[in-house]
Amino acid sequence: MNGAHDMGGMHGFGPVAPEPDEPVFHADWERRAFALTLAMGATGEWNIDMSRFARENRAPADYLSKSYYELWAAGTEQLLLERGLVSADEITAGRALHPSRPVRRVLAAADVAPLLALGAPTDRPATAPARFRVGDAVRARNINPPRHTRLPRYVRGHAGVIDAVRGCQVFADANALGHEDPQWLYTVRFDGRELWGADADPTTIVSVDLWEPHLEPST
Amino acid sequence: MDHADDHDHDGSELTDMQLRVRALETVLTEKGYIDPAALDLLIDTYETKIGPRNGARVVAKAWADPNYRRWLLKDGGAAIESLGFAGRQGKHLIAVENTPTTHNLVVCTLCSCYPWPVLGLPPVWYKAAPYRSRAVIDPRGVLRDFGVELPAETTIRVWDSTAELRYLVVPMRPAGTEHLDEAQLAALVTRDSMIGTGLARAPQGTP
Repeated sequence: MNGAHDMGGMHGFGPVAPEPDEPVFHADWERRAFALTLAMGATGEWNIDMSRFARENRAPADYLSKSYYELWAAGTEQLLLERGLVSADEITAGRALHPSRPVRRVLAAADVAPLLALGAPTDRPATAPARFRVGDAVRARNINPPRHTRLPRYVRGHAGVIDAVRGCQVFADANALGHEDPQWLYTVRFDGRELWGADADPTTIVSVDLWEPHLEPST
Repeated sequence: MDHADDHDHDGSELTDMQLRVRALETVLTEKGYIDPAALDLLIDTYETKIGPRNGARVVAKAWADPNYRRWLLKDGGAAIESLGFAGRQGKHLIAVENTPTTHNLVVCTLCSCYPWPVLGLPPVWYKAAPYRSRAVIDPRGVLRDFGVELPAETTIRVWDSTAELRYLVVPMRPAGTEHLDEAQLAALVTRDSMIGTGLARAPQGTP
């Protein structure tokens, strides 16, 4: 979706403000929001791309007014409500008011270390040969799906070059809808002047990781 | 609501979030969806165990050991896993090396993708709009915000983490470090130098 999360190239947000000796969390609720989002993710009731869409799928003003962990908390609430795992009145009351339903699994303390060591590999066996090779000229498709996509607006319609073939991977855009639909993944290199115009700094190169359905051959 | 601790306008908002997240955790616990002990462990892991010191060890080893450096640049995931760092947001790690002619900078314009096993959780600025919006259109300006000025002819290669690949920058080894061992080298490797918004520190005693 063309949401406020898709920020590459926007102006007006001001300078970057690094915080010296920044703590990992700035408030205790951030700790809990972070951890409960990971723990609910581990139940298997939704996947990472559904989580991302739940955070980004909101009015731009709402997205931009929330801090990062506020977005995490809001996204997790949204997923819980959509799936009927929790009801709005329960969040207001701060206690369970309705029967729960079984989730696929509950993350126990003993499972935390093995889960973190395992990670979440997204590479999958290829079912067809890769369409593009390193060095091929490609163009990012001009598509504007109102759903989750990992094709950022600032590269759509622009010409680039295949820099690396990264294997067949879970296709994020489809995964957000509930099917992995593995596709070849490429690192695509774009010249800064192609993206930002002839006056752009000629020393800038931007690369973006895109799946085959995001790309077409460039003639 | 107790406003005694509020020193700015954010205070009451934080209190609202504290209440809301606490309510959510209570409901999820009562419903049997989460185990608070697992949450405690997740927090402790990312607050005290997994952080940029992991990445600094990887970089220092690459500086000190040419064979490891080659392996790291060829197969980052395996080379990093060999040091015991693997897992969430890190299965597909790719190391990119700074050279005298190319400087690498990592961003996630769409959200906050970051190589957790080697750098821990990202700082606020990495997840915030100023960095995510400008890194791809004005990387030199972003570097200036960090006090880094590169030669005008240096190529700046920006890596937008739009898939599940995660990038670790291998900064250039500072001059005058030939006599240092891996632990001493690791102390020169800052978090920002592994994102690309900084350079490795010069050793003590260097002007």
